[in-house]
Amino acid sequence: MLGRLGNWVREGQIWGSVFRHGVPRDRRTRAMAILSNVFLHLHPVAIRKSGIRLSFTWCMGGLTFFLFLVEVVTGVLLMFYYRPTVEYAYFDIEGLRAHVTLGLLRELHRWGAHAMIIAIWLHMLRVFLTGSYKPPREFNWSVGVILLVLTMLLSFTGYLLPWDQLAMWAITVGSNMARATPFVGYEGPGAAFIQIGGVPLVHAGDDARFGLLAGTFVGPNALLRFYVLHCVFIPLVVTVLLGVHFWRVRKDGGISGPL
Amino acid sequence: MVNYLAATSALDDVKHVINVLCEPHWFLIISVVALAVFLLKYRTVTKPAVAGTIGALCTLAFLVSCLDSNFVKIVTKADNVPIVMMMVLVGFLLWLAFRQAALNDERMERGEPLREAGADDKVLVWPDLVYIELIALVLCTAALVVWAIVLPAPLEQPADPNVAPNPAKAPWYFLGLQEMLVYFDPWLAGVVLPGLIIVGLIAIPYIDKNPRGNGYYTFKERPFAISTFLFGFVILWVVLIIFGTFLRGPNWNFFGPYEFWDPHRPAALLNTEFHDLFWQGLLDRRLPEHFLIRELPGIVLVVGYFVVCPVLLKATFFRRMYLQMGFIRYNVMAFLLLMMMLMPIKMALRWMFNLHYVVGITEWFLNV
Ligand code: HEM
Repeated sequence: MLGRLGNWVREGQIWGSVFRHGVPRDRRTRAMAILSNVFLHLHPVAIRKSGIRLSFTWCMGGLTFFLFLVEVVTGVLLMFYYRPTVEYAYFDIEGLRAHVTLGLLRELHRWGAHAMIIAIWLHMLRVFLTGSYKPPREFNWSVGVILLVLTMLLSFTGYLLPWDQLAMWAITVGSNMARATPFVGYEGPGAAFIQIGGVPLVHAGDDARFGLLAGTFVGPNALLRFYVLHCVFIPLVVTVLLGVHFWRVRKDGGISGPL
Repeated sequence: MVNYLAATSALDDVKHVINVLCEPHWFLIISVVALAVFLLKYRTVTKPAVAGTIGALCTLAFLVSCLDSNFVKIVTKADNVPIVMMMVLVGFLLWLAFRQAALNDERMERGEPLREAGADDKVLVWPDLVYIELIALVLCTAALVVWAIVLPAPLEQPADPNVAPNPAKAPWYFLGLQEMLVYFDPWLAGVVLPGLIIVGLIAIPYIDKNPRGNGYYTFKERPFAISTFLFGFVILWVVLIIFGTFLRGPNWNFFGPYEFWDPHRPAALLNTEFHDLFWQGLLDRRLPEHFLIRELPGIVLVVGYFVVCPVLLKATFFRRMYLQMGFIRYNVMAFLLLMMMLMPIKMALRWMFNLHYVVGITEWFLNV
C-alpha cells in the first residue's frame, strides 16, 4: 500500500519536476542524483574508497561545515530577540531563557560555536597528519588557515554580545593586546617615533585598539561594532571562502590519497 | 573508621603530589616527555591493548579526581566542558592517526600496498558518502541538543566596567595566547607571535618539500614535519590552553587541580632583568647610563640567536634538509622554528632565573 503510494508520488509530475531522475537505484540514476542537485553537486559523483572511510577524514571538515550551518540558523533566530545596545543586550539574553519558547537556542548557538572551533582544529590536524596540504593542495590549505582565523574571530566577536561580566572582561583582556601593536598601538614599540614636531600621531584615541573597539574601552560602540562584524561581515566572508574551499577540494582531485 | 581515615590521608598525599606535578615546569616537562615517547614508540604505544590501557587509566584517574570538590568545580564550569571534550578527542584521534601510520609504515617496510591505496577503487557518492554524512549530521545534532539541555550557557552579572573579575580570562580558545602574556610583553604575545602562527601555518605547504607522505597516514616518511607540528599543536597550543583554563586562578597564579583558588595569594614577583644578571652579576659593575648600552648584551643575545642558530643547524642537524630546501625556504623555516622555540626558551629562563626581560627597553615598549 505505502509502496504503491510512494511509486505514485515518484512517478507524478511534481516529483519529476523537482528531482529530474528516477529513484537512485542504478549507477546512472545515482550519478544523476548528485549531478542534478545544486547542493549535492558539491560532491563529485564517485570518490576514492579510502576517502570516505571515517578513519581517514574523521568527518571533521564536514562537521565543521555542518556546525557552521547550525550557527547560521540559530544565529538568525537569536537576532530576532536581541538588540545590540547597552540598555537591552543583557536583558534580552536573560529574557531569552525565561520567556522564549525553545530558549534553548542560545545554548545551541554557544555550544555549537565551541564545537566548531574544536572541529576545525581537529580538521586541520587530520589534514596535516595525512600530508594533504602537499601539492596540489597547498593553496587550499592556505584558504583553510584563513577560515580558521575567521572562525576564531567569529567566536571572539560573539563572545561579547551577552554583555555580562564574563563577556566584557574577556573582550577587554583580548583587545588590550591591540594597544601593543608595533607602530600602530600607542603602547607598542615604535609608536613613539611616529610624530610630527613632538606631537605623537599614535595615541589612545586613534590607535589599533581604538579602531577595534571604536573607543578606548569596551563600551556601546564596541558592542555595535562587534555585533555587525559577528552577524554580517565575517559570516559573509566565511561563506565565500567556504565556496572556494569546497570548489578547490574537488578541483585539486578530491580527497587526497596515495598516488 | 581508622582504615577510612588512612585511605583518605593517602589520597590527600597523592593529590598533593599531583598538585606539585601540575606546576607549570613539571607539567610542561612531563607533556614533552610524553609526546616524545609517543612519537618514538608510536608502533608499540598505539597497539590497541596498550592504547586501551592508557585510555582506561586516564578515565579512571579522571573519575577518581571527580571526588575532589575543587577539581569538579573547575572541570564542570560550563565554558570549560568543551575543553575536556577537546582533550579526549585530541587523545583519541592522535591514537587513530598514529595507529594507521604504524600499520602503513609496517606495510611499506614489507613492500605491501598502503591502506589507502587503490586510486581506481571508486565508490559512488550516492549512496555511500551521502548516507555517512546524513548519519554524522544526525548524531552531531543529537549530541548538540543533549549538550544544550544538560548544560545551560553561562550568564553572569551585567557588564560593569568598574568591577574587574579576578582572574579576567580571554575566551578559552585564546588562553594559549594569554599564557604567552606571562612570559612576553603584549606586543610579542598578543600581536607578533599570533601573527607569525598564522603566517607560519600558511607557509607550511610551501616550506615542506618532502614529496612523500602525501595523502596517507605515515610517520616514518616525515618525522620532522610531524614532530614539529605536534610540538606546536599539542604542547604550545593545547597544553597552554589547559594551563589557562584549569590551572590559572586569581592574580593569574598557578593552582594545582585539587587546590582551592585562594584570591589572597599575591601575584608572582618578577624582578630579574638580563641586564642585571650581565652587568651586576657577571661583570660586577654599575648599570650603564644609556639604555642602549645597558641592553646591548641582551640585544646581541637575541640577534645572535636568530643569526647564528640557522647557520649552526645548517652545518649539523639540518644539512640534508638545507640541500633539499634551498636558501630561502630553509631560512624562512629556521626563522619560524626559532620564533616558535622562543616560548619554551623564555619559559625555561623564567623558571630557572625568574628572568623578566632579555631585552628591556621599556622606554620604547620594546621588551623581549
Ligand atoms: C570553516 C572551516 C572549514 C570547513 C567547513 C572545511 C571543510 C572541509 C571539507 C568538508 C573537506 C573535505 C574533506 C574532509 O572532510 O576532511 C575539506 C578538505 C580540506 N580542508 Fe578544510 N575546512 C575548513 C577549514 C580548513 C582549515 C582550517 C584547513 C587547514 C589549515 C583546511 C584544509 C583543508 C584541506 C587541505 C583539504 C583537502 C584535504 C584532502 O584532500 O584530503 N580546511 N575541508
